[in-house]
Amino acid sequence: MWPSQEFRRWAFDPFPAFDPLTGFRRMQREMSRALSELPAIATGNFPPVNLWLGENSIVVTAELPGLTTDDVDITLNQDALTLRGERHPSAEENAGWHRRERSYGRFSRAVRLPFRVDPDRVQARFTDGILEIELVRPDADRPKKITVHAG
Amino acid sequence: MANEQQGTQLQTAKGQLPASADGERTSTRQVFIPVTDIYETADRIVVLAEMPGVPPDGVDITLERRVLTIRGRLATREHGGYRQIYSEYGEGDYERVFTLSEDIDRDRIEASHKNGVLHLILPKAESAKTRKIELKAA
Repeated sequence: MWPSQEFRRWAFDPFPAFDPLTGFRRMQREMSRALSELPAIATGNFPPVNLWLGENSIVVTAELPGLTTDDVDITLNQDALTLRGERHPSAEENAGWHRRERSYGRFSRAVRLPFRVDPDRVQARFTDGILEIELVRPDADRPKKITVHAG
Repeated sequence: MANEQQGTQLQTAKGQLPASADGERTSTRQVFIPVTDIYETADRIVVLAEMPGVPPDGVDITLERRVLTIRGRLATREHGGYRQIYSEYGEGDYERVFTLSEDIDRDRIEASHKNGVLHLILPKAESAKTRKIELKAA
């Protein structure tokens, strides 16, 4: 199985506070998640995403082979990014199947971002079946560097 | 169930190619098994293999006797200034080998790679096309 199975949609916390019991809590969380999400595993979280953090921006990449920009709806609601679309089967008439591993159907995937982003500055592009969305933190929300003056 | 509403379930996890008995790979890059559909019509076999992240010039297909090998090399992406904070899919190359049960007309093979999906049309050789054999009445 893919090692990142242990990560789940909403369990992502990029800025964990220091906690001496972190390891224990994580284990506890993972166990309760494993129990509560048993049916969810069968449905799958499609498409799989990776998150990349830059200085003032975040890049979400998703594996969506066979699709183009027109096939995917990207919506942004505060810090929740949603990808929706549908994959159609590529069958021919009177075809006999040898193997049918690719999956088809509608999908909807929500990703919570670690910070609020500027809805007017979202860039999305598709390259070889990988969707890449770059989102920028609003100027007002950027962390401010505080200079300490010698007293 | 949400599953029924979605039709076929959409899966995410990619299978990883196990280390070969022939020895280790020289590259430490991960190698995945492309998720593949194969169907057959009266005159051809069609292979659709998903290799997201692989550009058309990164695809390598060989057919030796009846052994079809599909390889895809991932385009190296620069993530300058970005660090990965969450991962659900791995980035790597693709490789898969199939043994075909039919003779293929190798001069008429067509292959295209678009949006990360390889589309391979393997026309059946004349000799392999289905012949109906009539049974003689006893």
